[in-house]
Amino acid sequence: MKCQDILKGLSEYIDGELDPKLCEALECHMEDCNPCLIFVNTLKKTISLYKYASSEPLPKEVHLRLHDFLKKKCQGC
Amino acid sequence: MDISDQVLVEKIKAGDYQAFESLVTRYESKVYRLAIRMLRNPEDAEDALQEAFLQVYRGMKSFEGRSTFSTWLFRLATNVCLMKIRHRGTEPAKLLPLEDYLPRHEEGEHPQIFDWTGRPEEALLSKESREKMLEALEKLPADYRAVFILRDMEGFSNVETGEALGISVAAVKSRLHRARLTLRGLLQNYFEKEGT
Repeated sequence: MKCQDILKGLSEYIDGELDPKLCEALECHMEDCNPCLIFVNTLKKTISLYKYASSEPLPKEVHLRLHDFLKKKCQGC
Repeated sequence: MDISDQVLVEKIKAGDYQAFESLVTRYESKVYRLAIRMLRNPEDAEDALQEAFLQVYRGMKSFEGRSTFSTWLFRLATNVCLMKIRHRGTEPAKLLPLEDYLPRHEEGEHPQIFDWTGRPEEALLSKESREKMLEALEKLPADYRAVFILRDMEGFSNVETGEALGISVAAVKSRLHRARLTLRGLLQNYFEKEGT
C-alpha cells in the first residue's frame, strides 16, 4: 500500500467502518510511514477539536424574541 | 418525565400552542448552534432560528412522521441556512481533488509533517485557535459544511445526516471525508505557523 492509497479510506478507518483487510493494510503501512501516521493522527485530532470548538449558549434575549415572534406569527396561522 | 416529541407533535396538530412552545424550548439551543456555525453571524443565525421554527409550525399538519421530528426540524433549519448563504452570493470555491490533501513526496523521499497533536488542549482550544477553526469551517462549500456540522459536531449518524439534507449516505460519506481533509489541512497550516 502506498501513501496515496490510504487517503480514500481514512474517514471510514477513523469511523471504524473500513473493511478489516484494508484496515490491516493501512495500519501495516503506518507502522513504516511516520508522515502517514502523523497525517491520520492530525485528522483524528481535527475531528475531536471541532466537537469542542464552539458551544454558544442561546442568548436569553434571542430566546425571548423567538417566542414573541412565533406567538405573533402563529396566531394568524 | 419529559413528554416525547411524538406526543407533542400530536398535541400541536390538535391545536395546542403550548405544546409547540415546549418543542421550541426543547430544540431552540441546538438549532441556534447549527445556525451560528453555518452562518457565523448572530443576526443571520437569529433570523434563521425564527424562520425555521415558523416553517415547523406552518408545516406541522403535513409532517407525517416518516422521519423523526428532530431530523425534520434540522432539515428545515439547514435549508433555511443554505438559502441564506446562497443569497449572500459568497460561496467558497470548490474543494481540491483528494490527492491534493496528501503531503507531497519528492523523489521518493517522505515529506516531513509537523505533528501538533501533542500540544496542550488549552493551546489547541485557545480563543484564537477556536476562532481559526470556525474561520476554516466557513471556507468549506456550504453543502460540505452542513454535513460536517451535523455529522461531526452535532453527532448525527450518516443516515440521519442524509435524511436531514436529502442526500444519500454515500454522498454524506464523500462530503464528510473531503470536509475533514480540508479542515485538517487548514488547521495544519495554522498550528504549523503557531509552532514555529
